[in-house]
Amino acid sequence: MTTLHIDWTACHGRGLCAELLPELLATDPWGYPIARTGGDVDVPAELHADAVTATKFCPRLALRLRAR
Amino acid sequence: MTDALWYLGRGTGVMALVLLTISVALGVAARSGEPLGPLPRFAVTAVHRNSGLIASVLLVGHVVTLLLDPYAQLKLIDVLVPFLGTAEPFWLGLGTLGLDLLLAVVVTSLLRMRVGVRGWRAVHWVSYAAWPVSLLHTLGMGTDAATPWLLALSVLCFVAVAAAAVYRLTLRAEVSR
Ligand code: SF4
Repeated sequence: MTTLHIDWTACHGRGLCAELLPELLATDPWGYPIARTGGDVDVPAELHADAVTATKFCPRLALRLRAR
Repeated sequence: MTDALWYLGRGTGVMALVLLTISVALGVAARSGEPLGPLPRFAVTAVHRNSGLIASVLLVGHVVTLLLDPYAQLKLIDVLVPFLGTAEPFWLGLGTLGLDLLLAVVVTSLLRMRVGVRGWRAVHWVSYAAWPVSLLHTLGMGTDAATPWLLALSVLCFVAVAAAAVYRLTLRAEVSR
């Protein structure tokens, strides 16, 4: 199991991550991602590949995947 | 055979410019922070990355075929060090310069997770030099220089990037108002 951590100081609210992980992330009115579960996001195994894509596509490198 | 190399060398060069233009235009437009119409942002980013990478592969093809081609008389040193060439050193040098700059951009992008966002961004600015230098090289160098079709294509490339820049600047002006 991995968790997805969002670095708020780096994030510019471009919303790419929410497009790639709609199951886990919603966007607030300014485009910033909000975890549907609050805090760091638990990434289920079947979404792991999408989460990796999101970390690679974030223009600000604000996403980190952490093994738990 | 040598004719094939000659045509391949020119063709890959032109295609590299087209793909580089697509990549730069999308990169400039995406930096506005606004989506491009109905396109998802990650899709724009994906095309930006992939067209840049394909342009680099074509560029390797461009350089290698012309190195092997006896007409082109390209020396190995001219591939890396600009403005030393014997035939048309200025126009060839622009191509070499574009290649060197693009190499830096591509390598830091492939290693982006390791380089970190600051270093990557700093180097990525170099793209704004690499693209016009490549465009000039296309216009001035070699057999096809200033043929009508190549001129038309170059104008199209210029218009694409200029349009992206205008799009981004107008959006930015709206935001700051
Ligand atoms: S892709 Fe990155 S910068 Fe954009 S909203 Fe998500 S975390 Fe923030």
